[in-house]
Amino acid sequence: MPQPIKDFMKGLWKQNPALRLILGMCPTLAVTNMAVNGLAMGLATLFVLVASGIIISLVRNLIPSKVRIPCYIVVIASFVTVADYFLAAFFSDMHKVLGIYLPLVVVNCIILGRMEAFASKNPLLNSIADAFGMGIGFTWALVLLGSVREFFGFGTVFGLTLLGSWYPGMLVMKLPTGAFITLGLMIALMNIINERIKPSGAQ
Amino acid sequence: MSNLITIFIAAAFVNNFVFYRFLGICPFLGISRHIKSAVSMGAAVTFVMVISGVSTWLIQNFVLDRFGLPFLKYPAFILVIASLVQLIEMFLKRYHSDIYKTFGIYLPLITTNCAILGLALLNSILKYNFTESFVYSVGAGFGFTLALIIMAGIRERLEIAPVPKPFQNIPIALIIAGLLALAFSGFASLSLG
Repeated sequence: MPQPIKDFMKGLWKQNPALRLILGMCPTLAVTNMAVNGLAMGLATLFVLVASGIIISLVRNLIPSKVRIPCYIVVIASFVTVADYFLAAFFSDMHKVLGIYLPLVVVNCIILGRMEAFASKNPLLNSIADAFGMGIGFTWALVLLGSVREFFGFGTVFGLTLLGSWYPGMLVMKLPTGAFITLGLMIALMNIINERIKPSGAQ
Repeated sequence: MSNLITIFIAAAFVNNFVFYRFLGICPFLGISRHIKSAVSMGAAVTFVMVISGVSTWLIQNFVLDRFGLPFLKYPAFILVIASLVQLIEMFLKRYHSDIYKTFGIYLPLITTNCAILGLALLNSILKYNFTESFVYSVGAGFGFTLALIIMAGIRERLEIAPVPKPFQNIPIALIIAGLLALAFSGFASLSLG
């Protein structure tokens, strides 16, 4: 497999940021009471990840290593401001739902972690592939977590009614408790699956 | 005065940073294994929270609002926090090396702790005045420390418990956090003025 495709693939499962590396927990837990909120947060993170990955990969040889972290943070914070203003202008309801968790993408450890560990050391194409892989891996984890919580909490998924009006809705799934416990179970499930497929020896 | 007490209790218990706002989860899961390190981390976070809460309030009111630069809010806040953490680290290393030994290693981690930036953003969204921001920062730091210590106490006992293999470490910690969050949601029924 060519290197950029490998860089892309690893974020999807093997090094999934939310479920394997346990990074970016605040948005993962905070906005996933509905699937669509998880999708919006995932896409916003994907955008910031790719855009700052491009910039940092391009200027990686110009930044003195002593001040690299502040430089990364400023680049990331600028793109978060872009995403924030974009959502406020075109999806103002979603902007209200995400609240402070959208600006908090600035300190999302996934983004700074990828900049430090990958984009600052690799050429443009690989960095873009890595950013897309990590972003999409993060997004599917958020959408899955949001779908499970929405299904049990409201009886719907992406606003589509699946369980009819007889379903009273599990209050605990809408509360923070539901977020913690569902994510705990998802990570445990992921551990079980990985344990099962290990003997077949993929990579 | 009673208004300030309300703000403190809301920040520390009702809207606890870890269990209600999901802020500072990474150190919460990473550090909270022993009560001793939980106390040091909590103290370090509270310290930085109060100083950065107050300084971002000053930046917001005397620079950003005054000169009409709302779009510079996130870069400005995060840079202030990052440089403050660096300054505190240098100051402690030079003048209080015993304190530095206790929580110095946690300081660099704090820059990317979302609880700090989250607090600055909440202060600016809730439109608190200077005193209120200060009290809110202290309350938030206290609540964070409390959460860390409770969690560490449970996890110290968990080390001798037979946890099923797939649940070891992070999954069981998340499930315990869920149950603690359920307990903390009881505070929501406190009627605050």
